[in-house]
This record gives sequence, C-alpha cells and structure tokens, in this order.
Amino acid sequence: MSILGTRVLRTEDPKFLTTGGVYTEDVVDDRLDGAYHVFFVRSPVAHARIRSIDVSPALAAPGVVAAYTGADLAELPIIPPSAAGLMNVEMTQRLLAIDKVRFVGEPVAAVVTEHPYQGEDAVELVEVDYDPLPAVLGFEPDDSSLLFEAAGTNVAGNWGEASSLKPDLFDGCDVVVTHTIINQRVAPAPMETRAAAAVWGDDGRLTAWVPNQGAQGTRDSLVTLLGLEAGQVRVITPDVGGAFGAKFGADPEHAVVAWVSRQLGRPARWTETRYENLIAMTHGRAQQHTITIGGSRDGDVQAYRLVIVQDAGAYPKIGAILPFLTILMTTGPYDIPKAEAIAKVVVTNTTPIGAYRGAGRPEATAALERAMDLFATEIGVDPADVRRKNLLPPFTEPHRTAFGALYDSGDYVTALDKALAAAGYADLRKEQATRRASDDVRQLGIGVASYVEITGMGDGEESPPEENATVEVHPDGTATILTGTSPHGQGHATAWAMLASEELGIPVEKITLQWGDTDLIPVGGGTGGSRSLQHGGAAVQQASKELIEMARLRAAAQLEANAADLVFDKSRSAFAVAGDPEASVPLTQLAENERLLIRTVFTAPGATFPFGTHVAVVEVDTETGKPTLTRVITVDDAGRVLNPLLAEGQRHGGIAQGAAQAFLEEFIYDTDGNPLTTSFADYPFLSATEVPSFELADMATPTTYNPLGAKGIGEAGTIGATPAVQNAIIDAVSHLGVRHIDMPASSRRVWQAIQQAATTEPGSEH
Amino acid sequence: MTRIELTVNGEKRSDEVEPRLLLVHYLREVLGLRAANVGCDTTSCGACTVLLDGKSIKSCTVLAVQAAGHDVVTAEGLAPDGELHPVQAAFRQNHGLQCGFCTPGMVMATVGLLAENPHPSEEEAREALEGNLCRCTGYHNIIKSVLAAADATEVSA
Repeated sequence: MSILGTRVLRTEDPKFLTTGGVYTEDVVDDRLDGAYHVFFVRSPVAHARIRSIDVSPALAAPGVVAAYTGADLAELPIIPPSAAGLMNVEMTQRLLAIDKVRFVGEPVAAVVTEHPYQGEDAVELVEVDYDPLPAVLGFEPDDSSLLFEAAGTNVAGNWGEASSLKPDLFDGCDVVVTHTIINQRVAPAPMETRAAAAVWGDDGRLTAWVPNQGAQGTRDSLVTLLGLEAGQVRVITPDVGGAFGAKFGADPEHAVVAWVSRQLGRPARWTETRYENLIAMTHGRAQQHTITIGGSRDGDVQAYRLVIVQDAGAYPKIGAILPFLTILMTTGPYDIPKAEAIAKVVVTNTTPIGAYRGAGRPEATAALERAMDLFATEIGVDPADVRRKNLLPPFTEPHRTAFGALYDSGDYVTALDKALAAAGYADLRKEQATRRASDDVRQLGIGVASYVEITGMGDGEESPPEENATVEVHPDGTATILTGTSPHGQGHATAWAMLASEELGIPVEKITLQWGDTDLIPVGGGTGGSRSLQHGGAAVQQASKELIEMARLRAAAQLEANAADLVFDKSRSAFAVAGDPEASVPLTQLAENERLLIRTVFTAPGATFPFGTHVAVVEVDTETGKPTLTRVITVDDAGRVLNPLLAEGQRHGGIAQGAAQAFLEEFIYDTDGNPLTTSFADYPFLSATEVPSFELADMATPTTYNPLGAKGIGEAGTIGATPAVQNAIIDAVSHLGVRHIDMPASSRRVWQAIQQAATTEPGSEH
Repeated sequence: MTRIELTVNGEKRSDEVEPRLLLVHYLREVLGLRAANVGCDTTSCGACTVLLDGKSIKSCTVLAVQAAGHDVVTAEGLAPDGELHPVQAAFRQNHGLQCGFCTPGMVMATVGLLAENPHPSEEEAREALEGNLCRCTGYHNIIKSVLAAADATEVSA
C-alpha cells in the first residue's frame, strides 16, 4: 500500500516536544564561543532629523565593547527600493540611519557587550538628539512633509495609471455600489523573533546563523547588504520558530551583526525582544481599496473596479510589490466581463511593509468578497446565490484572466456548494431569520467567501518555477535528502521522507532531511508562496525515481542481467531478476560499491491556483457589539494531498490567522506615528479562547503541473477566512442597516456601526 | 551574586546567580535547558512555561532566586530519555505542533492543567491555555491534543 496520502506522524516532533527546537538563540557551536552580544538603539520618533549621536556614555558602561552609528557603516552599500524601475529611486535606506529617521523602531546605533543583560542597560545610555518633523501617515499623504526630500514626493510608484481607468466601465449596469475599505496593517509576529549569530573565518568568509525562509536568498541579501563577493557568505538555518513571509532575505539588523563581528574579530549574536519585533520586523497588508461593482438586479456582475493604495511604510520593500499580486487576482474566481485595477504605493513614517501569509492575494480576495456582499445586499439577493451565478464554470484546460493570470484548473461552484452543504447554510439562514424576527440580542451572521489564489509562482512565464533535490542511499540502509525548500513548521522532513520512501522502499524513520546550509545546498527557492510541496516535493520524488533508474543499471551489471529484466522490490529495497527472486541486490549493497546519489531539478510549467470557499458563522451581541466566532467551515482544494495531517494543520493555522485579521488584530499608530501596539499585552494576538475548532470539508482536484497533482496549501486560510469572518459580522447586523465595518470588526466598531445605522436614513450607505 | 539551591528535573542544583536573573535565563543559560523559550517581554505568550512544585508558571516572570528551595520541571524532564510523556505523545499523535517554538510551554501548561482538571471540556481547555500563544496551529490541534491526553490517561504532574 502506498504511503502517499496517509496521515504519517511527524518525525520532527520528538525533539520539539522534549529538548525543544534548536532556534538561532539556542545554537551552541564552537565557532560562536565567546560571542559578543549586539543591541540596537532604535528611533523613538516617527520622523526626525538626527542632529547628533553620542555613544560615549554607553561606551563607559560595564561590559560595553563597542558602539557604532550610521557614520561608521557609511561605506556600506545603500539599500535601494524594491521593484526597481517602478519605485522612486531616491527612497533608499541605510543599515543604521544616517541624517534622518523615518519610523519608530528604525535602528540608529548598535551597542556591543560581553553579556546580554549589559546591553539592555547600555542602549539606554546612547544620546541621540532628534529634530522632529511632521509625521507622514495614512493612505492619502500630501507632500507637505517628505520622507525623502530628494524624491520630492511621498508616492513611491504606481502599478498602472489612473488615466487608464475607463469612465464608461459601469455603463449598462442596473446597480452600481462603491465603497472605500481598509485592509489594515497587521504584525506577522512569529513566536520566534528575529535573531542572528555571525562569525568570520580566517579565509574571510562569513558564517551566519539566521532564522529565515530560504537560506540561499538570505545569503544573497547579506552579500548585497555588506557589499561582499558572492561566495563570501555561508548561511546556516537553525530551527525557525515561524515566519509567515516576514523572514525572507536579510534585514539591516542581520547585516549589522555580521559587520560588527568582522569589525571586532569575534563572533557576535543578536536576539530581538518582542517589542523590537513588533515595531521593526516588517508588517503586513496595509492597503486601502476603493471597490466599485456593478451589475443587473438579478445578480449578474458585469463590471468591477479596484483602486488600491498600498502603504509601504517608511521604505519600499516587498510591500511595494504586493499590489502586483493583488491586481493579478482582481477578479478571483469570477467571470466578470469588465474589470480594471490600479495601485499607488505611498511611503509613510511607519514600519516597512513586507510579505505576510498570502502577501497581496488575501487583499484581492478581501476586496472582491466585500464587493460581492455589498452588491448582493443592494439587490436583495442571497450572497451565496450571487456568487454561484458569477463563478467561472469548471475548467480543466488553463484559463487566462484579463489580468494575465493563467489558472491551471478549477471547479469553483462545486467548492461553494460543498462548503454551503457542510455548513448547513439553509438552516443557518432560517435560524438567522428567527433571531431577527424575535429581535434577539444575539444576532446570527453568516459570511461566505469564495477564492482562488496563486501558489508556486516563478519569475514570470519566461522563467518557470523550479526546485532541486538530492537523494542519497547509504550502505547502512538510511537515506539523506537535501532540499532547496526551508521548513519552519510545515513538516517537510516527514513529507519529503514519505516521497522518497515510496520510491526507495526505505522507511520514513530512516530518511533524514537537510536544508538551509548554503555550502551544502547552494541553490534553492526556500519556503514561501505555498511553493514547497509542488516544487520541492516534486523534485524529491523525481530524484528518487532517477536514483532507482541509476541503481537499476548498476544492479544489472552486478547481477549480470538485462536491466529491463530487473524489478525493484520495495519491500526489500532491492532489485531482483524477474522470475528469480534469489538473484537480487539491495540498494544498500549498491551504495557500498559506489555512492548512490543523485541531484535533480524539477521544473513546473507555471504557478498553480488552489481555490475554495469558506463559510463563517458569528454571533454578535447587539447591545455590546461583541462578535463571537462560533463556526468556520472550509473547502480548500489544493489538489492531491500528500499527508492530510500536515495539510489540515496548514489550513487550521491559516484560518485562525485570517480570522484574527477580520475581528481582532491591527497594528495601530497614533497621529504622531507612535506605535501603540508594541507588546503582546497591547497587540491583540489571537488566543485559544477566541476561535472555535474548525470544520474542514475535503475536495481535491489534481493539477497536471506536477506529478504529485499538488497545489499549495499554506496560505488558503488567510485568503478565505478573513473575508468570510468579516462578511459574517456585517451580515449579523445588516438587517439593522449596517453595510460595511472595516477590519478588525471589533466590539467597538460593530457597536459604533449599529449606532450609526440607527441614526441614518434607511437604504443609504453605511 | 546569590547562591540558590533547587531541584530541576529531579536533580539537585546549586549555583551562584545574579539576583535579577530570570528563572528562564537560569534554565537556558546556566543549566543549558533550552526547551523553554522567551517569546515576549510581558508574560503574555507562555513559551517559557515550566512546572514549579507541580504548577505551571511562566519562568520569565519568576526570578531564579525565587525558585530556590523549589522543584522545577521542564519539558526535558517530563519523561525519561527516549520516551514521551502522555501529553507529549498526544501532541505528536494529533499534530499539535508545527514550528515548535510554543510547544514546550504549551506541553507544560497542559500538564499543569490536567493536574488540576483531569477531564477539561473543550471550553475549559481553551480558557486554561489562553495565556499560551501559538501562531502556527490555530489552536485546533493543540486543543485536540489536550483533550486526547486527558482521555488517554490520568496524567499526573
């Protein structure tokens, strides 16, 4: 029986459950003996000129070895904005701020100490004289105060031009609804904060331990940030305590730790506090959407426009690229005859925006699914019916959208109907009607969100996605896999072992996975964008199959038989001559004579497009506004499932994070740009009491883009659950005249919306 | 510096420590027991949860000197080498962990919970673990693990 598709328990777990993972801060290594500890002095103001920095009081403190400012690192490369050619080239960053600070938390100086506790004291002693400037905030900043004077504007760039919008897009529509909504800023907040450990060898090479999502990308970032030659950096990836998109590449702090180590000729380490993590690790989302949707009174959506403003934070990083993905997925799973989308990217005096679970696609779905509900409410048709009427019909040949996305396969109506059936949708609507009729204090809300997303993207169609794998069988009957992916909770060690085991006949427990050491695995795409199984897993399967074919030739020579006459007996992990099982040779014996090892690269024809429908059920207390999430039912079709245990885990985690954005989490600044949610006491990080257990319905439509038939599953939850929960909360109070509540739809916002609706003319907006 | 004597995972310990040294740093840096993690600055996340005299506590909010004379158990000491405690086994069986960072704390909090309430309802389990944060699992399989551990055996701390 095949091991594929079964619920194999994780081989990783015993360690994590007993001695714990070895995260960067836990790494014990001779090379790091005697390491200094690096601490960062961070800007306490959102926008200011730096008049002077005096590190001397810190240098006089016990245990302080050195202290550095931007001036000391001035010869290091200037960090350009992302999306070269589209973003303003003047919007550059330094590893430590020089002349100006642009967000609370920006590193201004680094203090180096013998012991960690000394650093916590010493950073307080660095004296920085700031000349405050007006903070630039919000989605429509004017240019009265500029983050980058040389740029002459706070607009970093545009994806599409406003002049391209068609004034007649909604001509012929019976009904047109428009609304401006906010997809708020949230903190990725992995449980493990950022960290680094660095040491330079006598050969002038840097070895850096960094929590990351792809060691090769982190290596390349460090090479660039430090102005080194390729080959001068080795990155080693310890266990990583969650990432969610925010641990790609390397941040300025990582580079400074490496620079400090070289400067002092000693290893150096850094682990940030949660306060630092919340203000200085990239944030996610932060888009404003002006959605306009038009169609017929019977529910036919005929036109849709999405106008995006992306707050990129203080420096245009990955955040500046997110609108590209949002625009790509504008029309989602629907057949909308006319649609257009543009985006403007602005800089503000806030923490830079980066990737966060879904990265641009949840934003597209949130906008579209809100638009669908606004339209459905306006015409008085059930929102599920409006969706069914407009979903693309099932297709097995790739479908090209007006925005250039090539959907590989999809069956969106079935996903919707499965989710509605699993939820008991009709009964829920009956219960809702009963509660409305009796004016129940606890009103029921039902939210639906259909989605399609993109996973496993390459760099355009000219550069298709690929990943490599190396598989080796050892004489002792064990096997090793090297992968270019980078697990940090996803369970690749188990999943990749399952794929190899299936081909090699070696038990999962005897297969070891290695990743994240750039000297061992120089090439790799890491883990993100839900790419790992469909590329990295496919590569492991391909390598294993190729290894068997290579071994077959060796076995034929050894057995003096025709290769075609050999059968591979998985139960013995051995080749035997057909009809003569006595004449056999196991892989272990072949490995004794010569290393039995193969490296291969799997190339996919393109990205895949998982899809599904989420249904959320909430109760809203109409007297307090408090929403309680009571059920989440999802269909997430990510193709064929390798290990349901792991796939379900990905769905659960994503659903919770998605729901958290809908009704709890928001990273907040005051009007001066001071962050207000700088600890887990203030940032409403989702806890176990705020979500129910989830109800998952299965659907698996294989893709033809890889032999596993698998699409990505890592981000489905944050794409479907966010609008489903938001729609549910609004639905609970829509009969009171509420049309929209921005996320997070917290008790306060819901209560305010109810009060506002009560004092507004029936039928008008809000 | 102050001398403290305490029991950690069944072994007597005696060390000179700075009075301000946190218990979690004593465990991690002095004893090299690094299963307990520091995930926040505000006693909010519970990644550092250990047992103190059989009760689960957040070791980031206890000074090492306060633990003097007491009995501390960490995830490393929950079961003999090479074995899993029933709570650890339940977490593995139910995929109650992903990145693993919150896991030792989550396991110790669960052991503490089951010592007080051997058969919690789902709601009670969720309430009891409110102070232990996880970003990966959505809590679904953690709660499943807790309830399975409660069913599996009478767990004692």
